[in-house]
Amino acid sequence: MVLQARGHGVSPDFLNFIETVLNGLMSGVMYSLVALGFVLIFKASGIFNFAQGVMALFAALTLVGLQTGQVPFAHLINAILGTDIHHWGPGLPTVLAILVTMLVMIALAFLIEKVVLKHLVNQEPIILFMATIGLAYFLEGMGDLMWGADVKALDVGLPSGGSFWWEDVTRAWAPEGADYFGMYIDTLDVSAAIIAVVLVVALTLFSQYTATGRALRAVADDHQAALSVGISLRSIWVIVWSIAGFVALVAGIMWGAKSGVQFSLSLIALKALPVLILGGFTSIPGAIVGGLIIGVGEKLAEAYVGPIVGGAVENWFAYMVALAFLLFRPQGLYGEKIIERI
Amino acid sequence: MLYRETGDFKSSYATDQQTFPIRSERYLFWGAMVIAFLVVPFFINDYWEKSVLVPLLVWSMAALGLNILTGYCGQVSLGTGGFMAVGAYACYKLMTAFPDLNIFFVVILSGGVTAFVGMLFGLPSLRIKGFYLAVATLAAQFFLVWLFNKVPWFYNYSASGQITAPERTIFGIAVTGASAPPWATYLFCLTLVFLFAWMARNLTRGTLGRSWMAIRDMDIAAEIIGVQPLKAKISAFAVSSFYIGVAGALYFSVWLGAVEPTEAFGINVSFLVLFMVIIGGLGSILGSFLGAAFLTLMPVLLKNVMVGGLGWPTDLAAHFEIMLVGGLIVFFLIVEPHGLAQLWRLVKEKLRLWPFPY
Amino acid sequence: MKLTKLAIVTAMAATVGTTSALADLVFPSLSYRTGPYAAGGIPFADGYADYFTLLNERDGGINGVQARVLECETAYNTQKGVECYESTKGEGSLVYQPLSTGITYQLIPKATADGIPVHSMGYGRTSAANGKVFSHVFNYPGTYWDAASIIVNHILEENGGDINGKKIALVYHNSAYGKEPIRTLEELSKKHGYELSLVPVDHPGQEQKSQWLQIRRDRPDYVLMWGWGVMNQVAVKEAANIRFPMENFIGVWWSGSENDVVPAGEGANGYKAVTFHGVGSDFPIFEDIQKHVVDKGKAAGAGDQIGTVLYNRGLYAAMLAAEAARAAQEIHNTKEITPAQMRDGMEALKIDSARLEELGLGGFGPEINVSCENHGGPGLGAIAQWNATDGTWSLINEFGPADREIIDPLIMEDSTAFAAENNIPERCS
Repeated sequence: MVLQARGHGVSPDFLNFIETVLNGLMSGVMYSLVALGFVLIFKASGIFNFAQGVMALFAALTLVGLQTGQVPFAHLINAILGTDIHHWGPGLPTVLAILVTMLVMIALAFLIEKVVLKHLVNQEPIILFMATIGLAYFLEGMGDLMWGADVKALDVGLPSGGSFWWEDVTRAWAPEGADYFGMYIDTLDVSAAIIAVVLVVALTLFSQYTATGRALRAVADDHQAALSVGISLRSIWVIVWSIAGFVALVAGIMWGAKSGVQFSLSLIALKALPVLILGGFTSIPGAIVGGLIIGVGEKLAEAYVGPIVGGAVENWFAYMVALAFLLFRPQGLYGEKIIERI
Repeated sequence: MLYRETGDFKSSYATDQQTFPIRSERYLFWGAMVIAFLVVPFFINDYWEKSVLVPLLVWSMAALGLNILTGYCGQVSLGTGGFMAVGAYACYKLMTAFPDLNIFFVVILSGGVTAFVGMLFGLPSLRIKGFYLAVATLAAQFFLVWLFNKVPWFYNYSASGQITAPERTIFGIAVTGASAPPWATYLFCLTLVFLFAWMARNLTRGTLGRSWMAIRDMDIAAEIIGVQPLKAKISAFAVSSFYIGVAGALYFSVWLGAVEPTEAFGINVSFLVLFMVIIGGLGSILGSFLGAAFLTLMPVLLKNVMVGGLGWPTDLAAHFEIMLVGGLIVFFLIVEPHGLAQLWRLVKEKLRLWPFPY
Repeated sequence: MKLTKLAIVTAMAATVGTTSALADLVFPSLSYRTGPYAAGGIPFADGYADYFTLLNERDGGINGVQARVLECETAYNTQKGVECYESTKGEGSLVYQPLSTGITYQLIPKATADGIPVHSMGYGRTSAANGKVFSHVFNYPGTYWDAASIIVNHILEENGGDINGKKIALVYHNSAYGKEPIRTLEELSKKHGYELSLVPVDHPGQEQKSQWLQIRRDRPDYVLMWGWGVMNQVAVKEAANIRFPMENFIGVWWSGSENDVVPAGEGANGYKAVTFHGVGSDFPIFEDIQKHVVDKGKAAGAGDQIGTVLYNRGLYAAMLAAEAARAAQEIHNTKEITPAQMRDGMEALKIDSARLEELGLGGFGPEINVSCENHGGPGLGAIAQWNATDGTWSLINEFGPADREIIDPLIMEDSTAFAAENNIPERCS
């Protein structure tokens, strides 16, 4: 239908392809945001933190609770004391609420180190993994108990919705009279991408140019050596878990703005798994590139393979993409090559 | 005093190689079996069957399967839910296609089908290791569930996409379907679990089990001493999937009676079974049972205490329940990182010396 | 482990010991106040419990017999649902509201064998509407297939009766529940000549960009939705993002509560959903609830859900159960009914508009008339529309019928297949 129009514009089919890729990249950034938290903790302590998704939920719940002035544990207090309290006031302004939430996440990191990790130093990875599962259960119950299980709207003032400007720009690319409405891009995704870039740059600068950052890298490299030059492993763990808590908060905000803050937010961890495996557990650039590949791969699959086999292929296709990459690079794209000696 | 090895002399190879070489252990085991087979069936009711014992047996079976793969052969799998789905759907298709085939064989055949599928998805394990391998099995998980949801042949083109187990009998007594008596379903599951646990115990002590453990402990070294990684890994996937398939078949036909793939065999099932194996103890048959018991009975117990005993509102109780389960997992790991089975070993050590520890 | 079992026994003994002495009508509530769907489960459970509290406080029970709600937490999980069923059925439970597709399918054979009725109100197995096959399962006042047809009727009405060549897309949860309306919509498309496209969304449905890009390219005239949980919120938000006209976006009754539209803010304005009961708190009964339940501090849960769509649905379910219990009391001339008698009551349930008026629920729902053959009720529904500025749902048309010509043969086909598979003889003749 567009062949004769060549020369006057780009074929809508091709534009649709570009649109799919573009939106795939945007989704990929959202996955990367979640995957980043995993990578940070794995790199510094070798722990695959199953609770990362629940931490995102917990952070988002706390943020909304503070923003709207909810009383924590209101339901529990009412049930025990027979009172009827729900809110303590109009709530905090967004910036303040984010800061307080951050403090809560730091306190949480401190507690996790104190109560759990301290006792599990030098255990096998699978045991530490299991401990984070216990943690995930605990936080899940705790989040519900503190803030209630209803769906909460989250608004931190980020723009959302399709971009008109981009739609108008791209519509002009198609030939005159073609059945084309312009490209779609969600402004929320654009802000997410910007935030992700800022986050990665900040993390890189932090780890390259600050003493703490260097200590972090030292610990990631070799626990024993780091300990012997006088780096406190325990304070490093608190710092890493705090940073992961911050990343969880960012992921919670971005995903929560899409779907409202609710239990299902903790399931975003599932979206991060193929990204991690593809990008490697230990690489921050890996998490980003992996996210982008998974995002584009699954969107293209849904758009071009989905119709043939009946749709909803995204979930398993992401894993198939990761698997295909792994067969050629078993340690992930950016993972460290494992050299084995007997 | 109560538990000892001394004075337990063996005079033939057969007695030395029996499944439980220590006398007190043997007595304890057979005592427990007598209670399980001959006493429990007379007291079991619907509640105990459907909420406690059959779930315990089904999850034990699944945990046993995963423990063979993860605990003995060292290959992490997150595809348990998908493989259970294969078992369940194979069971359903066989039940409806051959109504006269005895349910016992149907369950065994479902295990066989799953073993085949498991081998297929086990192939990437030859190249990928550790957490990275989890992706191959996760691909299996998502793909299989999607397949059973998508292709109507698997659910016999029914309008709802659910599968429901028709009534099937053994010796004229129903073991599937709504009117099956509790003792029959319980004994059916118990017999299968007993049989396969026995087999697993002996498999893991034999050549095959030793080659799995060699691969687990260090694959390169194992290869050098003549263990074929291909054979060891693929056989571990096959045997493990067989167990999981049987568990899936029982889960669908005996316990639940009707399932829907997306809900009953989701990723959370895979995680649950993995948790059981880790909490119970990797590389331990007893651990599979202990882990399954911990994660199936603990929530029921906590719920009954908090809602039934203390009369709390159900939602608060549910929140506390999940927090407590989480807390207990962490607590047990701190106390004994190698699982509940290791705790049992420590108890045995203590018992050996008891009551004169010095 | 031994200790564990011992503790279970004691705990169970404690539960059993405290209950059997009271003579009351037991209504189990398999609620889900935790887990991924808690936001939908809490208001329903609150409404269900509050109505019985109201009856107890205001009227001293149902014809003088106190009603007792036995709540059990399922977290929308089938295995826990089975546990709940087994632990509550021994206490004389009269009727089960399984509140999940999975649990409903579990309970259909079990409850039938145990002789306890199941009321899957507007969910579960659609073909259970055929009472000739399903003796103990009821799904009045309407089924998913009714819902699909009622939505199409609404579209017909908007287009002056001609939708030939229109494009309709169905966005559905890729599970047994979500696939329910497909067959009906396909049959209806043969009749009315619209073009149906299917857009599945995998569980949990947090990421729907592909689906909405596809919808944006295809530009369907209408989008229908069979969603649940987080999928609803994301879909409404994405529809608003691509600026799909919200008044052409119509959800089933499980995709039409405050939870689903609030996160999308202003963008959700005009979104529609089909419903089988009234919305809002503008009914006399809510004054009574305020006076007898809330003010006395007896409201269920946190007490903050009153008047929401799902609260009303729970209330409505409780009302239907209470009315059926009354009918059973009348038929069997006894105050303390058994589950079997309750079943007879449900099968003879008749609620006309005068009775609704009496209950303080005038115009809340259509008239109900259950018979031995028809367990699916009248199959009437109305369309509700969301107003984001006021934050309220309101009905925009009268309760109207579904296309029985299409649906009845489908129900017959599926239920006879089930009967043949399970050797069930026909009743009611």
